[in-house]
Formats: sequence, C-alpha cells, structure tokens
Amino acid sequence: MLAYIVRRVINAIITLLVVTAVTFGIFFAIPKATGSDPALLYIGKQSDPAAIEGIRQKMGFDDPIYVQYGKFLKGLVAGRDYANGPDVTHCPAPCFGYSFATDQEVTPLLLEDIPVTLSLALGAAVLWLVMGISFGVISALRRGTFIDRAAMTTALAGVSLPVYFTGLLSTAIFVYWLGWLPQGQYVPFLENPADWFVNLILPWVTLAFLFAATYARLTRANMLETLGEDYVRTARAKGLTERVVIGKHALRSGLTPIVTVFGLDLGALLGGAVLTETVFNLRGLGYQALQAIRQNDLPIILGVTLIAAFFIVFANLIVDLVYGWIDPRVRLA
Amino acid sequence: MSIGATNARPFLEIKDLNVRFETDDGIVQAVTGSTFSLEKGQTLGIVGESGSGKSVTSLAVLGLHRTRSNAKVSGEIWLDDEELVTASDEQVRKLRGGKMAMIFQDPLSAMHPYFTVGSQIVEAYRVHHPGVNKKVARERAIDMLARVGIPQPERRFNDYAHQFSGGMRQRAMIAMALVNDPALLIADEPTTALDVTVQAQILDLIRDLQEEFGSAVIMITHDLGVVAELADEVLVMYGGKVIEKGPAVDVFQQPQHPYTWGLLGSMPRLDREVRDRLNPVKGTPPSLINLPQGCAFNPRCPYAGRNGDRSFTETPELRGDIHKVACHLPAEERTKIFQQEVLPNL
Amino acid sequence: MSENLLEVKGLEKHFPITKGLFKRQVGAVRAVDGIDIEVKSGETLGLVGESGCGKSTTGRLFTRILEPTAGTITFEGEDISHKSVTQLRPLRRDVQMIFQDPYSSLNPRHTVGSIVSAPLQIQNIPTPQGLKKAVQELLELVGLNPEHYNRYPHEFSGGQRQRIGIARALALRPKLIIADEPVSALDVSIQAQVVNLLDDLQREFDLTYVFIAHDLSVVRHISDRVAVMYLGKVVEVAERDELYKNPRHPYTVALMSAVPVPDPVRRDRAQRDRVLLTGDVPSPINPPSGCRFRTRCWKAQDICATEEPPLVVRLDDPASHQTACHFPVVEDEAVAGRRPAAAPA
Ligand SMILES: Nc1ncnc2c1ncn2[C@@H]1O[C@H](COP(=O)(O)OP(=O)(O)O)[C@@H](O)[C@H]1O
Ligand SMILES: Nc1ncnc2c1ncn2[C@@H]1O[C@H](COP(=O)(O)OP(=O)(O)O)[C@@H](O)[C@H]1O
Ligand code: SF4
Ligand code: SF4
Ligand SMILES: [Mg+2]
Ligand SMILES: [Mg+2]
Repeated sequence: MLAYIVRRVINAIITLLVVTAVTFGIFFAIPKATGSDPALLYIGKQSDPAAIEGIRQKMGFDDPIYVQYGKFLKGLVAGRDYANGPDVTHCPAPCFGYSFATDQEVTPLLLEDIPVTLSLALGAAVLWLVMGISFGVISALRRGTFIDRAAMTTALAGVSLPVYFTGLLSTAIFVYWLGWLPQGQYVPFLENPADWFVNLILPWVTLAFLFAATYARLTRANMLETLGEDYVRTARAKGLTERVVIGKHALRSGLTPIVTVFGLDLGALLGGAVLTETVFNLRGLGYQALQAIRQNDLPIILGVTLIAAFFIVFANLIVDLVYGWIDPRVRLA
Repeated sequence: MSIGATNARPFLEIKDLNVRFETDDGIVQAVTGSTFSLEKGQTLGIVGESGSGKSVTSLAVLGLHRTRSNAKVSGEIWLDDEELVTASDEQVRKLRGGKMAMIFQDPLSAMHPYFTVGSQIVEAYRVHHPGVNKKVARERAIDMLARVGIPQPERRFNDYAHQFSGGMRQRAMIAMALVNDPALLIADEPTTALDVTVQAQILDLIRDLQEEFGSAVIMITHDLGVVAELADEVLVMYGGKVIEKGPAVDVFQQPQHPYTWGLLGSMPRLDREVRDRLNPVKGTPPSLINLPQGCAFNPRCPYAGRNGDRSFTETPELRGDIHKVACHLPAEERTKIFQQEVLPNL
Repeated sequence: MSENLLEVKGLEKHFPITKGLFKRQVGAVRAVDGIDIEVKSGETLGLVGESGCGKSTTGRLFTRILEPTAGTITFEGEDISHKSVTQLRPLRRDVQMIFQDPYSSLNPRHTVGSIVSAPLQIQNIPTPQGLKKAVQELLELVGLNPEHYNRYPHEFSGGQRQRIGIARALALRPKLIIADEPVSALDVSIQAQVVNLLDDLQREFDLTYVFIAHDLSVVRHISDRVAVMYLGKVVEVAERDELYKNPRHPYTVALMSAVPVPDPVRRDRAQRDRVLLTGDVPSPINPPSGCRFRTRCWKAQDICATEEPPLVVRLDDPASHQTACHFPVVEDEAVAGRRPAAAPA
C-alpha cells in the first residue's frame, strides 16, 4: 500500500507541475507574443515611459519565459521579492502576484473567497451524496415499482434543468413568495453558524439537486449491476441476511464507481461553482474569476485557475487512494 | 437431523418443481415438473446442455429465486422433512449455507473481490454460529482451508481471491461451503472453468469430503465424464425437463432416451477406439419461451415419426421403475434401436 | 502428406513486463520458449496443454499475427519470421485463423454477409458470380442458411456463430487453418457438429489444420499428430495413436489419466490409475531450471533440475515420437496404479 501511495503522490505532483507550466505559458507568454505589454496593464496607457520601464524591471517582464516561470514557481513555494533597484516588494508564499486592476496582492483576495466556495461545495456534496445514493439504492432494490419510477423521473428533471433556472425559481418561491429564507448573503461560519447555515440552504439544495440526480441514476445502475454479480449470489447462498447482503457485499462494490465521479465533481466545484455563485450572489472563487475575466485581470485568473487545478488534482489523488484502499486488486497490482 | 422412523421421506425430495421467469420476451419455462430425491451419502449427477435448467433447479433448492421478483417457483422441496417452497424467507435463509450449501462454477466471480478469502469464510461460519467469537471462527476457517488442501492456510487466509490460482480458489470456495458441515452440498459445474489436471484434484477432493462428512451431493455438469466419475444416480435434463433418470451404471450402459444417445454420440472418448465421425444430435436446443408441442426433443429426434404423431401432440411423462425415461417409444423398440443403431456407433 | 507446409525452429515469444513511469522492462513472460515443430501438408496437428502454456501464442506466431522474439517460421519454404505487414499480405490468403469465442470474434455491428465477404474484399479477390453469391455459397458450405446473409451475429446461436467464423476463414480458400479452441465454448452436441464440419471441409478442400485445444478427447478425435505443450515448450510429439497408446512424458501421462471417462463401471480403475498432479503450473516469467515439469513430476531426479531434457526419440519409439524427458514412462508403468499420497503443495 505504501508503494502505491508514494506512486500516486508523485504522480499528482508531476501533474501539478505540468499544469502550472501550461497555465503560466498561456497566461504570460501569449500576451507577450501578441505584443500586448503586461506592464502597461498595471499602470495604464498614459503613464510615462520611465514608470512603465520601472514596472517592467520590477516584475521581470523582460526575462526569458523560463526565468519568469522559475521565479513564479519559487513565488508559489517560497514567496518572492519584486525588486527594481532599492524598490523591493515582498510577496509571501504562495505568491500569485498582483492584480492588474487594483494592484492588490492576489493571494489574500483568493484566500477570502475560498471559504465561501468551500462551504458551498462541501455542504452541497454532503446533501447530494446522501440524497443521490439513498434514492439510487432504493430505486435499484425496488426496481420497476412506483418509487423507482418517481425517483428516476425526478432525477431526469434534476439532470436536465439548469442551475440558473432551479436557483432563480427556488429563490422566487422561498425567499420572495413564502419568505421562509433570507435573501442570500454569505455569513462566515465563525461569525454566526446559524446564519451561515440558513443563508446557504438554497444554494446547497439547488446545487445538490443537480448532482443528486446524476448520482441517483449512477447509483441505481451500479447497484443493479452489482446485485446481479455472482458474489452477491454467493453471499445469499451463505445464508447472510438481506441487510448484510445489500449493505455490505453489494453496496461496497456498487459505490466504488461513485467515488471516482465524486472526486472529479468535488474537485471541479472547489475551483468555483461559477453559475451557482453568480445566481445566489455568493462571492466565492467562481464569482471572483468571472470579475477577473471581465477586467482582463490576468494574475487573478491565473490564481483561480491554479487553485482550481490544485483542488482537482488533490481530489483525484484522494480518489486514487480511496480506490486503492477499497479495491485490493488496484493496490496489489 | 435424522430421518424420522415414522416418515419414510427421503432426505431431499423434490416434487413437481416448476420455475418460470417472466421476461420482456415472454415466460421462460426454465424448469417443468422436476421430480427427484436424494439420500445422505449419495451423489446425484445432473447433466444437460447449457440452458436446460440445471442451475435454475439448484438455485430453487436453495431458495435463491426468492429475491427475483420475476421468478415463480411452485411444487414441493422437502429437505429433512421441512418443506421449503412454502417456508418463510427467514426459515430458508437459516438453512442456506448451514444445512445446505452450494459451490459455483466460477470461483473468481463468486468470491467478493474486496474482502479477503479468510474473512468470507469466517462470515459464512458466524452467520450460522452467532455465539462464536472471531478468533474461534478464524481458527475454524484456517482448519477448513487446510482441510481442502490449501498450503500455508494461515497466510492465505489474508489473501484476496484474485491472488489465488484457479484451482486454489475453487478449493477455498469448497472450504467456504463446507464450513458449517452441510448435509446437502450442491456443486454447480465446479470444475468447468478448470484444467483437467486441476479438475481431477477437485473431484477427488469432493469425493473424499463426501466420504468424510456423509453429505448428500448434487453434482451439476454438462460433462458426462464428470458425472460418471462421481454420481450414484444420474438425471438428464432437456428443455427444462428431466427426460431420463436412473442409477449411473444403467444410464451410461443402457441409456434409454434418444437425447442421451445423442449426448453420448457427440463425445469423443479416450476409452474407445477413435471413430471416423461423431454422431451429434442435429439442430440446436429449444427456446424455453416457445417449447415445441409434444415432446420438446421432437425437432431434433431421429425417431420422432415412429409413433404416428404422438411425439408432436403429447408430452411424454417420465416413466419406469428405477430407470425412468420420458419418451413415447415402446421399451422394447428403444432397447432394439440402442443395441442395433446406437451402440455400434459409440 | 510428408511435405512440410509450415516449419518453426527455436521459436520464442517473450512478452516484456514493464514497470513504473518509464516502462522499464523488469522481466518477460516467456509464453513460447523454444519450439521446433513442423506442420505437414494435409495433416491436422493437435496442440494440447493446460491454459497458459502458450498454445494461443504459438498459433498466433504461426499466422504471424505476432512476431517472434527469436527463431524462424518458414511457410512453404519461405522465411516469414520478420516480414512486414505488406509483405505478409499474400500469406494472409494462405493462412487463416478460427477463434474460440464466437461472441467476441465477430463484429456485432456488421452483417454476416459483410463479415464473411470482408477477406475477399480486402484481398481484392475477383468473384465471378458476384460477391453476394460467393458469400452465400460459403454460408451453405458451413451449414448456415444462405438467406441469413443480412442478419447480425447476435441473431445466431453460439454454434452458428462459430460456423460464421469458419465461413470467414474459408473465404480465401486458405491452405492452412489455425483453429484456436474452436469448440471449447460450445455445448457437446454443437461441439460434435462443428468437429464434423471441420472434418468434411478438410477433406473437400485439402486443408491443413493446426487444432489447438485443452480437451484431450477432442484433440485425439481430430488430429493426425499431437504435440503436448507445457510452459512454453513442446514436451512430447507423436502420431496420434502412438501418443495416446504410449505416452512417454510424465506430464502427458498425467494429463491423459486426468480425463474423466464416461463409464461409471470403470471409474474405480480410472481413479486408481490416475496420476494426481500436485500444485499449480509455475509462472512462465520464472520457469524452473532444467526440466520445467520437475516441480510437479513424481519421477524427478537431481539431473532434472540441472539439465534440460531435449525433445528426442526415446526408448525404441518410432522416429516421429519425440519426448523431452530424462526418464520417460515405460508401458507397464503407465498402467501401474500411482496415486501420490502427498497433499497438494
Ligand atoms: N433470472 C432469470 N430470468 C430469466 N430467465 C432466466 C433466469 N435465470 C435463468 N433463466 C433461463 O432459464 C433457463 C435455464 O437456465 P439454467 O438453469 O441456468 O441453465 P443451465 O442448465 O445451463 O444451468 C435459461 O434459458 C436461462 O436463460
Ligand atoms: N499479449 C500478451 N502480453 C503478455 N503476456 C501474454 C500475452 N499473451 C499471452 N500472454 C501470456 O503468455 C502465456 C501463454 O498464453 P497463451 O498462449 O494464451 O496460453 P494458452 O493459449 O495455452 O492458454 C500466459 O502466461 C499468458 O498470460
Ligand atoms: S417422444 Fe418421440 S420425439 Fe421425444 S424422444 Fe421419444 S421418440 Fe423422440
Ligand atoms: S525430465 Fe525429470 S522432471 Fe522432467 S518430466 Fe522427465 S522425469 Fe520428470
Ligand atoms: Mg448452469
Ligand atoms: Mg489459449
């Protein structure tokens, strides 16, 4: 198992390196190649040439790409100093540089957004896992009955309705019409857990509805397949109770494919649930990314992209490890 | 456990067993009117080509069709004076893996890939011995692994099924089935997936274990050779029906049903001179959704026309004393055909 | 009859085992590890042995679907060991293969007509009567209804699908057909029908067969000559009757004695005579030194571990009967009861 873990971790690190290289290449090399001057973006077109030159020196825009990339990597890991002669600015690790638009350090900006995205994603994940898996299992066990058909029809609706539709609809109903829930606004958990919870209910449910639908269908299909497996028949032939047969033997393998999908979905969501955050006006990573794109704020876009990539790779690593733990054939291969 | 002196019911008695499946294509008549019995210490061989209803029969005995909503089982199954078709789910569950156990064809897919072989045996033991602690159960499992000839059982206890070779896996499966000393053991094609040399080892093991434990064994296979090796009594199935039944020696030496002749004629055998040609049954097995009228074998039977149209209108019943057959041909004519037309070509 | 259609010398196929990110080679599966054998024109050569002993790999080397790691393959006097795909094109006409699994070897989305006609089209074979007619003739030849030309494989039973595979193999009128377990997946009665069909076709078209199977009874029925394989080697080869009457290699003896005989009267004797092999076949990655069978052989002595027995004529066997064993089994011994008491190890 240890060798397996080490292999997966090394793999993840290599993947991250490749991702940073590619992303960096795209975001920094291309503007350069197309002749737009990043230094200009920092201080605007009307500035005097000396100031522009100063920025260029300080940010190292004249260095070859690989040198810039090296410095960028160092900034990520250990922090870096931007220096133009005596004018030194220290940017602590992980350093994503400075926003074009506001000159603010990118890292604290993003750090502020992460809890919002994290709350949204994790809360919704718990909800959709519980809903999706229970409905999936029940449907599989009661295949062809009314419950099965009702659950699967609802699931179909969940998969096909877009978030902005369900989101706006539920806001209209629960906030404006019934008045049961406040008009969404993020409240940090540590500030007031109850408010944090109440404000997130709608986004959670909306997001979870979308995913729970997929998970219910996936769980149902997997369970049906597993229930037909020879080893489930063996479990019954041993005289195990139906509870053990389903709960231990069938579920264990029926849910493994879910792990993979869950890892991918969660990783992607942690990078920012753009639509949901926008619909509910939550200022998370997705929202931040949208703003940055509008303003052409490359350092922030780069930061969000890398954080998203990090979450995805990390989630995948966890999936691989969980998989190895569940399935001895993977770990002992 | 013993057969009551007042009641002469055999240890296992199956009466008019019918199993039907409702499918989108129609009703599958997987088993029709199956009747047979078996005593402890005896081995019953069930032969027939794939789809003839062998596995469905054995799953019915274990009550494993109960979880299938599309399956309908009728008739009587008596195990040690207990009727199983009408018994409650819980009653049957308690017998499963306890008094009656089963070995399946493909031990790789029949074992759970995520649990160690040892833990699966322990689990089987503990459902039927609820009071027993893990340590005792573990020792019992290791004993069983050793008993079925698995070297280094303590070490192999912690291995997974995929780490075993095919033969060792089937041994482990047997250990799991025998862990509760079942009085009835059903082996459904236990050696079909194995090489002959390993098959010989496994058959040898089953024979030894039966001698040791005195259980009743049902050996299901499509290989007449395997049946001849083990069975005291043989039952030939075709199209979901028992078409011939009798003591093994009789069925192999004086087979009565044209289908059994066909099966024997299809097999090249090492104990005879090489024949120029094989004499297979022509055609293909029937669909169990649309069984032919009359005798289900009539489209493939070379003698179907010998009784006017009886073979096409009337289903032959299984008749006879010890050696029974379901065929309209008169007994003398059958014997004559076998001696003159069939035997010389075997 | 005596001319060699195909001949292999020192034939080897090692599949590399790689590890890690950089696919470092850490070993090799020695699937076929030094085989000398010939296939005579018009004969049926049977190839038997337990699963994993390299039968299929040998078959695929014969057809040059695989390229040998070492050794030579000569077809009609021409060395084809390392010919390129284009150079092999003419060979594809002469050598065809039939596979075990009639389910996976036919493309489910193609009609029977297009499956059977594909080889004709690929090789640009002119069909004077028209392609459809040619295919229908082939279907009829293998006992299928020619009107089923437009049906898909799933509409056929296992036995019928195997017939489709045979029709496809016959389309180019090959000289040599390698049949890899062609009847293993079929029910006995269907198996016999297909065996008879293969027999008839051989007579009609002067075919040469290499018949690969693990079932010794079927191999005996269909073969003129039989080679027994163990762990990538041929351990014994002889004319069919000679081999089954006088098996010399302990492995051949064990294999034959393990076959259950459909005669309950003889079962006690069969069981008494049976040589129960112990343990499993060793891994072809690290085969035992000397004689590969020695880990399971009841006759093994010290020399068996150090010296590999060559495949040569032993005792006073005919020249066509060769055995790779230092201590070949003699007649009386073969029938003497031996049931090793040792538990499987
Ligand atoms: N759960 C099921 N639903 C529908 N048909 C089934 C089911 N199980 C078995 N059958 C059908 O019953 C027939 C007998 O099957 P089986 O007993 O498995 O044959 P075999 O003699 O090869 O063991 C087959 O035609 C099979 O397709
Ligand atoms: N493509 C392959 N790559 C690696 N190993 C292979 C490959 N094909 C076959 N082998 C191995 O070679 C050995 C011989 O296989 P095969 O020729 O299929 O045996 P047989 O047909 O006698 O069962 C086996 O150990 C098998 O796992
Ligand atoms: S009843 Fe008629 S068709 Fe059936 S097996 Fe007897 S002779 Fe053949
Ligand atoms: S050479 Fe030795 S080990 Fe090999 S088969 Fe002969 S006697 Fe057995
Ligand atoms: Mg079956
Ligand atoms: Mg093979």
